[in-house]
Amino acid sequence: MAASVRDPEEAKATPDFPALSELLWQLADDDLLIGFRASEWLGLGVHIEEDIAFASIAQDEMGHAMTYFQLLEALGMGRADDLAQLRPVSERRNSILVEWPNGEGDYAETPHFDWAFTLVRHFLYDQFEIIRLEGLCQSRYAPLAEAAAAILGEKAYHRDHQQLWLDRLLTHGAESRARVERAVAQAAQLAGDLTDLGPWGNQVAEAGWWPGADQAGARWQQAVESFLGRYQLAPPTWSCPGNGRRGDHSPHLDAALAVLSEVYRQDPLAQW
Amino acid sequence: METEREDPERVEAFLQRIDRGERIEADDWMPADYRRQLIRLIAMHGVSEIMGALPEKEWVPKAPTLYRKLAIMAKVQDEIGHGQLLIRVAEDLLAPLGKTREDLLDDLFSGRLKFHNVFHMPAPTWADAGIIAWLVDGAAIITQGMSLSSSYAPYVRALQRIVEEEGFHIQHGESICMALAEGSPSQRKSLQEALERWWPALMMFFGPRETDQATSHQQANLRYRIRTKTNEELRQRFLTKYVPRIRSLGLVPPDPTLHFDAEKGEWVYQQPDWNWFRQIINNQGPRSQARLTLKHLTYEEGRWARAVLAQA
Repeated sequence: MAASVRDPEEAKATPDFPALSELLWQLADDDLLIGFRASEWLGLGVHIEEDIAFASIAQDEMGHAMTYFQLLEALGMGRADDLAQLRPVSERRNSILVEWPNGEGDYAETPHFDWAFTLVRHFLYDQFEIIRLEGLCQSRYAPLAEAAAAILGEKAYHRDHQQLWLDRLLTHGAESRARVERAVAQAAQLAGDLTDLGPWGNQVAEAGWWPGADQAGARWQQAVESFLGRYQLAPPTWSCPGNGRRGDHSPHLDAALAVLSEVYRQDPLAQW
Repeated sequence: METEREDPERVEAFLQRIDRGERIEADDWMPADYRRQLIRLIAMHGVSEIMGALPEKEWVPKAPTLYRKLAIMAKVQDEIGHGQLLIRVAEDLLAPLGKTREDLLDDLFSGRLKFHNVFHMPAPTWADAGIIAWLVDGAAIITQGMSLSSSYAPYVRALQRIVEEEGFHIQHGESICMALAEGSPSQRKSLQEALERWWPALMMFFGPRETDQATSHQQANLRYRIRTKTNEELRQRFLTKYVPRIRSLGLVPPDPTLHFDAEKGEWVYQQPDWNWFRQIINNQGPRSQARLTLKHLTYEEGRWARAVLAQA
């Protein structure tokens, strides 16, 4: 494997740089959207203690997004806030799974959010992110490897939180089990692009930006299906109504970005 | 137990403990009236923290920068945490009466349990989120600072943590307001408008000035040292602390009569509309019903998940 790269200028000079930037867009956009969706739950949790717990997860995800956008800023891509808030939908690289709404309705007026879907979606994402981060800890781009090591420590708590809830919901009564089953079926139709590596997929692993990227999808699927199997849930068929890794998103992303950047867009040059 | 007739000597001994400055613990014997006054105050405080998260929460997903998004999420999370601490204190007081957290929330939704008048107001711009964190929390810390000398020990312990965290909230709010005050003409305008919107609510925050005939609740709370200062003393303290700071940001409080009367040693200000105040505390404020509906809707829709936890 090629020697570690620490300097952003050196990274930009490598022929494999497009694969690195593509990977960073996926990382940053995934965490921005899952953090945004989690933040919409604030004040609406199923009970007070859960409201507090999920708010910590939302903050962690948004903090991770900030770390990745700062890495992109250091690579000369623009200011982190501009990158998070002003890029058009076609340039976004997050999975469709994380842009999908928490349920029906607006978060501030009449939200009919689906807690089972929220947990299942976040669990699927955590499982993938942990596998991705384990590989990224060995990234050839040293600033990314260091960020991944720090973030990985927090992710285990997120997955534990989601798993604990799912375990209880799947083992305490038909109604809650049916809700989780419906949520798994729904999420399976959205998560098909989660493990897609995008247009520079082969180079991501070969260039050492993400060692193990080529096996990540299979590892994720095995881990998820093994978890579901513990509760006698059949492995779903994974599909997706587009491909977020290639900029082909659902209309929900437009709506999410409009909310997320509503204030910033009033004056992106101002101090806020 | 609470309905039994109370031994006057026991009540007298309790009042002597209060007078000696002793703190009462949850398991200590206490007169039913003391318990009732504490529940009234602490349950109201607890649900006000929970409902108080809602106006700012509207701005959580919209906060302008990644940094502000993180900060306001942590801030609103803290408020819900304060609600949780206080509701736990109230739960212990309610337990001997056979009541639970669910009863408190049912009372909130039915209107029997009020939440603080300031949280019935609209927050239509980002600047409102700044004014709330800076000045509403600033007002809250003045009330809560007083309550640190309350006679009920579990309440004091919860408040110690709450007051410490509110200190950070005020810095967070002041930082938002300073950025807007030093910003573009349109940012400055939005901040001034938010101050004007919140000013009557801030003047109402501490409740009406006491007359010679304080209400029986006020008298009881002073007797039990649940509170130690009057509404007007707290409002004067707020004005002393914040009017100079508000003006130093170039903002103008929307009250041409506002000034400090050096002879009387107190602030003179225009009285807010106390009839409107009474409407607001009866859930007839601008956003009372919308926020109660939001909280009630999500509470009902989470019932199935709470039922699972109750079995687990």
